Amino acid sequence: MNVPWLTTLLVLPLLGALVVALLPRASTAVRPVALGFSVATLAVAVLTATQYSVGSGEQFQLTEIYPWIPQFGVSYALGVDGISLSMILLGLVLVPICILAAWDDVPAEGRRQHTYFALMLSLASMVVGVFAAIDVFLFYVFFEAMLIPVYFLIGMFGGTRRARAATTFLLYSLAGGLVMLVAVIGLYLVGPRGTDGFLVTNLIGLDMPVEVGRWLFVGFFIAFAIKAPMWPLHTWLPLAAEQARPATSVLLVGVLDKVGTYGMIRFCLSFFPEASQWATPVILGLALASMIIGAMLAIGQDDMLRLIAYTSVSHFGFIVMGIFAFTTVTQTGATLYMVNHGFTTAGLFLVAGMLIVRRGSRDIRDFGGWQRVTPVIAGCLLVAGLSGLSLPGLNSFVSEFMVIVGLFQRHSWVGVIAATGVILAAVYILVMYRRIATGPRPDIDVPDMTRREKFVVAPIIAAFLVLGFFPRPVLDLLEPAVQQTLQHVGVTDPAPAIDTATAEGSDR
Amino acid sequence: MTDMFVAPAIDYTALLPMIIVFVAGLLGCLVEGFAPRGLRYAVQVPLAAAALVLALVALVVLGPDRQGVTAAGTVALDGPALLLQGLLLVLSLLGLLVMAERLGGQQPDAFTQAGASVPGSAEEAYAGRLGATTTEVFPLTMLSVGGMMLFVSANDLLLLFIALEVLSLPLYVLTGLARRRRLLSQEASLKYFLLGSFSSAFFLFGAVLLYGYAGSMRLDAISAAISANVGMDGLLVPGILLLAVGLLFKVGAVPFHAWTPDVYQGAPTPVTGFMAACTKVAAFGAMLRVFYVAVEGARLEWQPVVAAVAALTMVVGAVLAVLQTDVKRILAYSSIAHAGFILTGLVSMDQAGISSTMFYLATYGFMTIPAFAIVALVRSSGTEATQVGQWSGLGRRAPWLAAGFTFLMLAFAGIPLTSGFTGKFAVFAAAVSQGYAWLAVIGVLASAVTAYIYFALVVRMWLGDEAGDTQVAAPSLMTTFAIVAGLAVTLGLGVMPSPLLDLAQSSSLFLR
Repeated sequence: MNVPWLTTLLVLPLLGALVVALLPRASTAVRPVALGFSVATLAVAVLTATQYSVGSGEQFQLTEIYPWIPQFGVSYALGVDGISLSMILLGLVLVPICILAAWDDVPAEGRRQHTYFALMLSLASMVVGVFAAIDVFLFYVFFEAMLIPVYFLIGMFGGTRRARAATTFLLYSLAGGLVMLVAVIGLYLVGPRGTDGFLVTNLIGLDMPVEVGRWLFVGFFIAFAIKAPMWPLHTWLPLAAEQARPATSVLLVGVLDKVGTYGMIRFCLSFFPEASQWATPVILGLALASMIIGAMLAIGQDDMLRLIAYTSVSHFGFIVMGIFAFTTVTQTGATLYMVNHGFTTAGLFLVAGMLIVRRGSRDIRDFGGWQRVTPVIAGCLLVAGLSGLSLPGLNSFVSEFMVIVGLFQRHSWVGVIAATGVILAAVYILVMYRRIATGPRPDIDVPDMTRREKFVVAPIIAAFLVLGFFPRPVLDLLEPAVQQTLQHVGVTDPAPAIDTATAEGSDR
Repeated sequence: MTDMFVAPAIDYTALLPMIIVFVAGLLGCLVEGFAPRGLRYAVQVPLAAAALVLALVALVVLGPDRQGVTAAGTVALDGPALLLQGLLLVLSLLGLLVMAERLGGQQPDAFTQAGASVPGSAEEAYAGRLGATTTEVFPLTMLSVGGMMLFVSANDLLLLFIALEVLSLPLYVLTGLARRRRLLSQEASLKYFLLGSFSSAFFLFGAVLLYGYAGSMRLDAISAAISANVGMDGLLVPGILLLAVGLLFKVGAVPFHAWTPDVYQGAPTPVTGFMAACTKVAAFGAMLRVFYVAVEGARLEWQPVVAAVAALTMVVGAVLAVLQTDVKRILAYSSIAHAGFILTGLVSMDQAGISSTMFYLATYGFMTIPAFAIVALVRSSGTEATQVGQWSGLGRRAPWLAAGFTFLMLAFAGIPLTSGFTGKFAVFAAAVSQGYAWLAVIGVLASAVTAYIYFALVVRMWLGDEAGDTQVAAPSLMTTFAIVAGLAVTLGLGVMPSPLLDLAQSSSLFLR
């Protein structure tokens, strides 16, 4: 029997959003219902994952393909490979955590709480859609549509400069997306066209003129570089992260921005192998710049949320480097990093959010000595921070190590510079922790971590440890998908015995 | 050779929809003359609405089997003509319902009691005391709709000109009938009339040159003359361009757009909605026919010009929209930008160009009429509150209305799952496939710019502080129906565009 797993995952949170939005005005059930729907979705997602078979030769599994707008060549087509399945799972694990973390974000008066949680649930649905779409047009629809809930989450529930932050976020993303729209149209026209001409599987390995391929690549890449945020297109992120609620930032930075790096793998590399290699030097340079500049800016920040946003810019630089080094090790590392970064950012943003609520300020200068005020929260901040600086034994270490090792194989000089990123990461995390947690006890009396907050943090720290000590299952999930991508690009791993220059010479 | 005049065969059955509309317009004039003042509204509204519905039924039932060229080859009832006529009827029905809004008063709320009196004069006050009504807007609208239906099916330059005048003259009058801010309204009317007359003159001049070139006013004859290569290109190219000026003026394309913001702002808001939606359908319909049927053979001469106009229209419309602080002017400049998007589809010169243009016209019409209907409901001390600042905090005061307007703004901006996105995709795809990728790039960048102003409005509505005395009038069922129908179509064409796309594609063949 064919159960439409992915459609269920797509519809369930949307249904939840509708139910939450339509609850009576004075209802106290808003938050439990929202949490219930998100947990139910997660349960279905876990069931879905059990239906996925790792050894299968198919590129996409659990596929559902129906014609949607045949006149445009558009299908309603969902399917997952290892990368998209892991991103969907990441997102759906984080949504209930975020709902729990956002429990007291919005007072119950009026309908604002209804709106807040309905928007969060609809975001969960968008996450499923954007990662499960295997039709380029459908992907584009989700890519753009997901801006709307984020826009309102920032614009209606953010800080004092929320309107500006929301508009900046929206315009940046929209501009990138619209440029991509032209490339999407162009891709269809160089493809086989017809009523299912937008299916990813119909667009891989196309024979197109070099010039056209490069233009289309650029059209896609700009949109993804804005999303992933890469220097110099990252400027919307610090503002958005600073003004948004921490729970919104987790979903935005931790999950939705991964669409950028995911898109690079799924679309840029698979559709335009020639152009990808042509652009590699520039992209590696930009990625290095993102990594270094993001880290530098993070070191100089006084705003806790901005600091975390800049660390993400730095980490995204790592991920992009891993993708464009074109080895199995780096790409597997990069995709694993996408999962790890989701949990790390969640830990940092949510713990920072707990501190901010207690102190009433985002400014690090207002803190100091908090390990004596709220020892458990400070301890969790340290753990999340250590995960961010890739301490061995915690999740990010595995992925960062894989990326750097692979980089040395391919371009040793990039590897050298990338390794400095690890040091910078240690600086920004430890400086932040020192300024917040150490020092004399301030004259303030606030409760330490509540039971609800412990339920928020516990799964995240569990994920740190599991992914740090036993990443094998996730790697097994990711590796076949990565190999498939590299096969589309037509690159083989550099053999260890020969030096890099010869290895590159053997590339197509 | 005989000197006898042979009356051309006219297929009256096929022309029935147009005849119904025109007759209803004339009947409306009689009602104005003979019905007592108190009764007119009650007669005019059902008469006009029934005529539009009846015409639509006639069109749907009779149209498809009665395709062909009639009236001595001057009227072509082919796929595009029928589709656009149907679209015009549906849109003008919605527009009419909005115009009929009384907001609890005795007469249509947006229109003055005495259009002929001097604003602020004793006569005006006297007319008001007597309970004068301006129900002549209904027959005027019907005549204009009739002209538009003729405009999209005219296969002859002279008939095209007549249709142009029939559709335009009532619009000039309607523009000047606003109840409040009457001077602004009359100024707008005069501007529209003067510039419109100029453009009509250009159109006529172009038609004359083409007649000189081809020896006939008929579009198919001009086409034949071009393919026969009769020479005299000195008449052909200027003729085409002058003709294009007349048509581009009607859609508000740059550089013939100067009237649009003033007229959209000055005209009674329901008229603006009707005008924005229906005039665009009619003018683009005629433009499609002229470009695709008559002068397709000479397209190398005019295609670059139209492409440049499209680019300019998108850029100027988008950039100037950002600078506006009045909701009606924002929508006016946005309509200019949308004209540019439609031209992008039109210029691609293939089947997809025709069908995507028609599809876009439908999407634009169904989002514009409700948008202006909503503008008419947001009020402050008895008049419409059109300043952006006055819309501040509307989301808290009237969440449903604000949600509807927000959705329309998303559609204007071209966000997926709204008809605005499907329409843009259709025209850009048509343009890219014919080598106009640069036009599509300009188009998407212009969309991004216009998105700024749409979202600025949305931000104001939802995030701004509540503005002093702004209120939302309770609409009657008619306006509510028009708004809800427009929203439903906007959503429907975003989620399930296939049926209309199918229809547009299957009826994209012009009879020659």
